[in-house]
Amino acid sequence: MQLTVWTYEGPPHVGAMRIATAMRDVHYVLHAPQGDTYADLLFTMIERRQKRPPVTYTTFQARDLGSDTAQLFQDAARDAYERFKPKAMLVGASCTAELIQDDPGGLSDALELPIPVVTLELPSYQKKENWGAAETFYQIVRKLAGPKAPPPGTKPAPRDPARRARCNLLGPTALGFRHRDDLKEISGLLAQIGVDINVIAPFDASPDDITRLGDADFNIVLYPEIAMPAAGWLQRTFGQPMVKTVPIGMGATCDFIREVAALAGVDASALLDDPNSRAPWYAKSVDSTYLTGKRVFVFGDATHAIAAARIATRELGFTVVGLGTYSRELAREVREAAKLYGVEAMITEDYLEVEAAITELNVELLLGTQMERHIAKRLGVPCAVISAPVHVQDYPARYSPQMGFEGANVIFDTWVHPLMMGLEEHLLGMFREDFEFHAEAAPSHLGGAASERRAAPAAAPIADAFALAVETDDDVDVIEAEGPIDPVWSPEGEKELGKIPFFVRGKARRNTEAYAREFGVRVITVEALYDAKAHFSR
Amino acid sequence: MSAALAAVPVVVRPKAAGGCSDAPVLKERGQREVFCGLTGIIWLHRKIQDAFFLIVGSRTCAHLMQSAAGVMIFAEPRFGTAIIDERDLAGMSDANDELDRVVAQLLSRRPDIKLLFLVGSCPSEVIKLDLSRAAERLGRSYSPNVRVLNYSGSGIETTFTQGEDACLAALVPGLPATNVKSLMVVGALADVVEDQFRRLFAAIGIADVQFLPPRRSTLLPVVGPNTHYLLAQPFLADTARALEGRGATRLEAPFPLGVEGTTAWFEAAAREWNIPDAKFQAAIAPAATRASAALSRIRHQLAGKRIFFFPDSQLEIPLARFLSRELEMNLVEVGTPFLHRQHLATELEMLPAGTMLSEGQHVENQLDRCRAAQPDIVVCGLGLANPLEAEGMTTKWAIELVFTPIQGYEQAADLAELFARPLVRRAKLAA
Ligand code: SF4
Ligand code: SF4
Repeated sequence: MQLTVWTYEGPPHVGAMRIATAMRDVHYVLHAPQGDTYADLLFTMIERRQKRPPVTYTTFQARDLGSDTAQLFQDAARDAYERFKPKAMLVGASCTAELIQDDPGGLSDALELPIPVVTLELPSYQKKENWGAAETFYQIVRKLAGPKAPPPGTKPAPRDPARRARCNLLGPTALGFRHRDDLKEISGLLAQIGVDINVIAPFDASPDDITRLGDADFNIVLYPEIAMPAAGWLQRTFGQPMVKTVPIGMGATCDFIREVAALAGVDASALLDDPNSRAPWYAKSVDSTYLTGKRVFVFGDATHAIAAARIATRELGFTVVGLGTYSRELAREVREAAKLYGVEAMITEDYLEVEAAITELNVELLLGTQMERHIAKRLGVPCAVISAPVHVQDYPARYSPQMGFEGANVIFDTWVHPLMMGLEEHLLGMFREDFEFHAEAAPSHLGGAASERRAAPAAAPIADAFALAVETDDDVDVIEAEGPIDPVWSPEGEKELGKIPFFVRGKARRNTEAYAREFGVRVITVEALYDAKAHFSR
Repeated sequence: MSAALAAVPVVVRPKAAGGCSDAPVLKERGQREVFCGLTGIIWLHRKIQDAFFLIVGSRTCAHLMQSAAGVMIFAEPRFGTAIIDERDLAGMSDANDELDRVVAQLLSRRPDIKLLFLVGSCPSEVIKLDLSRAAERLGRSYSPNVRVLNYSGSGIETTFTQGEDACLAALVPGLPATNVKSLMVVGALADVVEDQFRRLFAAIGIADVQFLPPRRSTLLPVVGPNTHYLLAQPFLADTARALEGRGATRLEAPFPLGVEGTTAWFEAAAREWNIPDAKFQAAIAPAATRASAALSRIRHQLAGKRIFFFPDSQLEIPLARFLSRELEMNLVEVGTPFLHRQHLATELEMLPAGTMLSEGQHVENQLDRCRAAQPDIVVCGLGLANPLEAEGMTTKWAIELVFTPIQGYEQAADLAELFARPLVRRAKLAA
């Protein structure tokens, strides 16, 4: 058993729903109790889709157990076929139905429906949402594209040079983090390079489209968490190579274009020489000097976290002090990326562990998920969301991709806005005692957030209590180790400490006290506070 | 009747001829679009301030909780999930050890917790993890600092609001006994409503009113053969049965929604306490008059409009009664997940005769009926609302009716407003 307050990922059948909902003419019959229908609201409320997800739940109850749950499943599957007339059906079980072992695959085979039926076995007690999505997509691809596979060992025929290269775009789903906008951006880039798109899947693909996947020359894996198993199978089965670079950020987008151009045999240098993007110049402009070395903590799905760390260090000049993911399937990739920045990767599903790390690391900007947005609020740290899980506000009405050149522009804005702007930051240092213009005020361009921070007293005691708890623990250790020299704060010293923004105050207090103990300072004056500051300054 | 009350049109309105007491009910079976009982934790954990709700369940249960409400909660919630994994399924004894470990971890992190609920889910019930034994065992080891109780919020046993019923029923055996005549209000109400009710009861002349659930687990109400209780919520069948097991008697009343319902609800207690009519009327008149005036300002927006209820919280029938009688709306279909005839007897009498009632759900069939009827406004869950809006219908999220203070006089107009606002918005956007 694992104790959890928040989870980064839903169960694997929610992953399957993301595939089914992304596609056309597919229906998913899910053996599940009534409460599991909550998952519909992810799509209709959080993502604001106009249609219900194409899912029929059997909604069995306790009194059905042991008697006719299997019959319920068959009735539901037959009715769903009659009502929705899908071109392919997915069948599976949620965590509870998995325990009652009704075998949705066998039960639906017995119905002899005149369409392909894909049986999903998604072990809910081991796996999670992204894995479920990847497995579902892979099973659909195998089932529908498999019949067109050439005999094993067949070499793909060389492309007729008169025909433009075509690719498949793999991985975008429903409830994806900006997938819809990314698709538009990447489709535009491919058009500029002169590459055609054969099929985009699963987003908006019909079962017929899936059967045509083998017609492409290569595959582009936009979201490895979801598309990798399917792309691997397509590579083995149809000999289609894959583009693995995920085009998030300027650098990665250029790498992506080079990779695509090489596979397609086209010259993309015109596009690379003039990417027509503002982000690189904005980052170089003198106003951005204040971004230099800002301490950034990055956490999210592996793909977005890796991309964010690269952008943060190479394109914005931040310092990555922490990098982590909840995607265990891609832990190796994240560990390798972390090495580039000299940090230890954090691979965890435990939100509290992430919170502890952020508190400890004295972070100046958080790049994370909706969960980190909560942490940031509590600690008073600026934050931008880079990855699912997300909130309804992360499905903005405006066009806001993460990928491609426009994505780089969007990212520059969204990451930089939570921070103070250049001159503003310096003025704050100078006038931090002004009661209307102080270090705990929100950036001036974030009108709404200002009141949020003013409301922060509600959150602040929690943060302080947390900091205190951490401190107490440390003190205990220190006292045991070094004897009972306990420095006391002078009223002036305490007051000066109060001027430090509260999210770093705990750290400052601890450092100062450690300094005082080390140098035998019994009363911490303003002087001592600054001595400690100098001692620890980086 | 006092002069002030005569100005309250709704109170003098006659009961609908015949009502719906014996009306046929369409019972349906199929896909249900309703939350499971775990969701009650969302309000219960804020209501009982020193309690913690530990769901023993799956990743689905944890995901439900954060999807249904979690993303809006800024303080750390007083609920969590012990997610069952593969290893727990392998051996039952291990699962109990694991549970003990998780509880130890939790209580060391939250030393402020005085009452711990182990909440059963579908998976824990299907694998027959005995949470009542676990609660006893853990209760022994953490007593007297922490009490440990258990109940089921599983989707195979309970829908949405029934989780509250199961939770409150679990509290009943631990209520201290008494022989003193006392009044208990049963059902979680917003603190502001609870305070209003307390003041009104005092004005009527009933001073010592107790509330279940209490705001802190140490302030449990007392119960005994002279306890009379008023249900504040229509979904508390098990709690009522448990209270009656302790000797308490239910005061028959409609639910305190709208002016009429609220008056009749208070009146049921006043009658039992032999409060003189004049005193009762004088006590409620200011609030009742205020509420009626507020309602009359909204009535023109709702009168004559046709409303359709999908089943959600079991509040549907009292709501339909309020909307039809006090706001002159027409009821197209009133769906409810369960219909408790006894607790709703007065409500059913007051519904207009011929109202189409349905119980349970077959969501596709019901959607077909709804589309065919083209009501002016549809009350439904979060999964259906936007798709119906996209089809051109006007909807009201059912969940808001549970998460908003709607009971009592001061909230009557707020409640009406919840239905008026979607209609006003649609009119504005169309203009
Ligand atoms: S219906 Fe059952 S499995 Fe689903 S969330 Fe509710 S308790 Fe958990
Ligand atoms: S704001 Fe977020 S949490 Fe609240 S209802 Fe909307 S989607 Fe749900």
